[in-house]
Amino acid sequence: MKKLFAIALSLSMILALAACGGAPASSAAPASSGPASSVQPQEEPVRIGLLQLVEHPSLDEIREAFMAELEAAGYGDAVVDYQNGQADASLINSICQKFVGDGVDLIVAIATPAAQGAAAATTEIPIVFAAVTDPVGAGLVGADGKPDRNCTGTSDAIAVEEIFALAEKLTPGIQTYGFLYNLSEDNSVSVIADAKAVCEAQNIAFTEATVTNSGEVTTAAQSLLGKVDAIFCPIDNTVAYAMPNLAQIANEAKMPVYVAADSMVADGGLATVGVNYTQLGKQTADMAVEILNGADVKDVPVQVLDEYSTVVNEETAAALGIDPALYR
Amino acid sequence: MSLILLRGAAEQGFLYALVALGLYLSFRTLNIADMTTDGSFTLGAACCATFTLHGHPFLGVLVGALAGAGAGFVSAVLQTRLKIQPILAGIITMTALYSINLKAMGNRSNVPLLRVPTVYSIFESHLPGALRPWSKLLLTGLIAAAVAALLIGFLRTMLGLSIRATGDNRTMVSASSIDPVYTTTVGLCCANALIALSGALIAQYQLFSEITMGVGMVVIGLASLIIGEVFSDLLFKSPGVPARIVFAILGAVVYRVIIAAALSASVAASDLKLVSALIVAVSISAPAVVDLLHVRKLRKEADRHADA
Repeated sequence: MKKLFAIALSLSMILALAACGGAPASSAAPASSGPASSVQPQEEPVRIGLLQLVEHPSLDEIREAFMAELEAAGYGDAVVDYQNGQADASLINSICQKFVGDGVDLIVAIATPAAQGAAAATTEIPIVFAAVTDPVGAGLVGADGKPDRNCTGTSDAIAVEEIFALAEKLTPGIQTYGFLYNLSEDNSVSVIADAKAVCEAQNIAFTEATVTNSGEVTTAAQSLLGKVDAIFCPIDNTVAYAMPNLAQIANEAKMPVYVAADSMVADGGLATVGVNYTQLGKQTADMAVEILNGADVKDVPVQVLDEYSTVVNEETAAALGIDPALYR
Repeated sequence: MSLILLRGAAEQGFLYALVALGLYLSFRTLNIADMTTDGSFTLGAACCATFTLHGHPFLGVLVGALAGAGAGFVSAVLQTRLKIQPILAGIITMTALYSINLKAMGNRSNVPLLRVPTVYSIFESHLPGALRPWSKLLLTGLIAAAVAALLIGFLRTMLGLSIRATGDNRTMVSASSIDPVYTTTVGLCCANALIALSGALIAQYQLFSEITMGVGMVVIGLASLIIGEVFSDLLFKSPGVPARIVFAILGAVVYRVIIAAALSASVAASDLKLVSALIVAVSISAPAVVDLLHVRKLRKEADRHADA
């Protein structure tokens, strides 16, 4: 009797928390997901599920720009359910199932694994992804790059050639590049593949130092010193977290570190020709508004950002003895 | 909590239950702290994803499980023949598996399965229309039930009993002229095969396989196992193997439901894990708290009688 009571107590505690959950949709959610695109009646605010892969300054920047542009476009009263996947695949699955169960009108997924989780959870609710470096490779759009299911969005392909051209301008005479990145990040791997292709085309040698977590960055960086003329880091979350450390080691050794994201330049990298993540968030919001206003997902093409901006860290440049006239 | 979220939690619970069952075999039955789990989970997912991508979902699941058995074999050899500490042996295998898993995925860190048939899509296509939304729940439930039945049956065979005895008293087992090296190896192979099977099925469920999928799997598996043990201790005075196994599956489902409940409770995104931990702590300690209150009540009554 006492044991049954204990079980009943624990179960009711769990269920009570579930019952007082703040899910706006009624529990009678249809088994199939909400309408793919519909014109909302004026009384009901639009519901958007926003899934960010992990806490990260660049991704936060995208999200904030998205929200600002959404409001500017007239959807300030939209109910946005922001969830963070904390880089946990099972949590991402549960969050996407929550969005489907709540019957949201649109899902916004920031970063590749979040977009893949959303695509696995529904084929009917429109999904707008942001900052997916290779949407074709991730299976989100067809092989020709056009949306052929319910996914479209913005891609932050990196202009590797321009970064190398900037490198040649600021610190000329680079014979060997060192690539420092985390093999387990798909976005890094595709950028490094591009970088290798550019190096081969320009007859520049390269070597690699890979890491699996932020703690290994110091050792990897030290292993590259003396072997290479410049280090290149793609849009890699792991290296980004250890950027201040990497910058310190590199500056002491007078080694230029070229990166692919402006947040990494702010943390001490030398320079980049980078995607402006605020612009990315803005463009993602514009695409979302287009779909909310009734456009079919298949008619909204994937947008690859091609407006790059050169960002140089002046302190790092001074530490490396680079002439300010070169980048002002 | 919406129905879809609850159903999804149950589906994931049944799939992660296989990890709990594998850990039941290694942690509880064999008494080995096997850290290979994180690696063999991803190995199963990686092998399965590659086969599925080329159009063989069922073969992929089978190969994934066999690959996990191979990983278990390596850990077993390290422990028994090369006399490396069990925990370290598991860590060595897990570390090595990172590179092997990358190779298994064709030197990529992410294999998307969005556009190929999976066991779930094939199963769903054979169901009548009305049942289709429940197809994943049915399939995962059937798989969990089948694996549980097989495991219970296996642990009753001569080999299974020898494995159980090895975990209990190794010296006694070798005195009975059963080779503990053999039983440990078989036990670890089966445990990691189960874990890899879970990884394979999860890769097809979430439609992608990623190199970091297995991180933290040991923690989730143990949590599910222990939640199940707490509940089975409540209901049975001395739970036998069938009770433990069934409740391990239940524990995994409860764990996923707790996380889904925390999600529905509209907590701030960054507080989610804190809330999940709190709910788990409250649920597990509920029996102890009830006991405490009961003892206090008895003591008060005893004091009152003593004064009277």
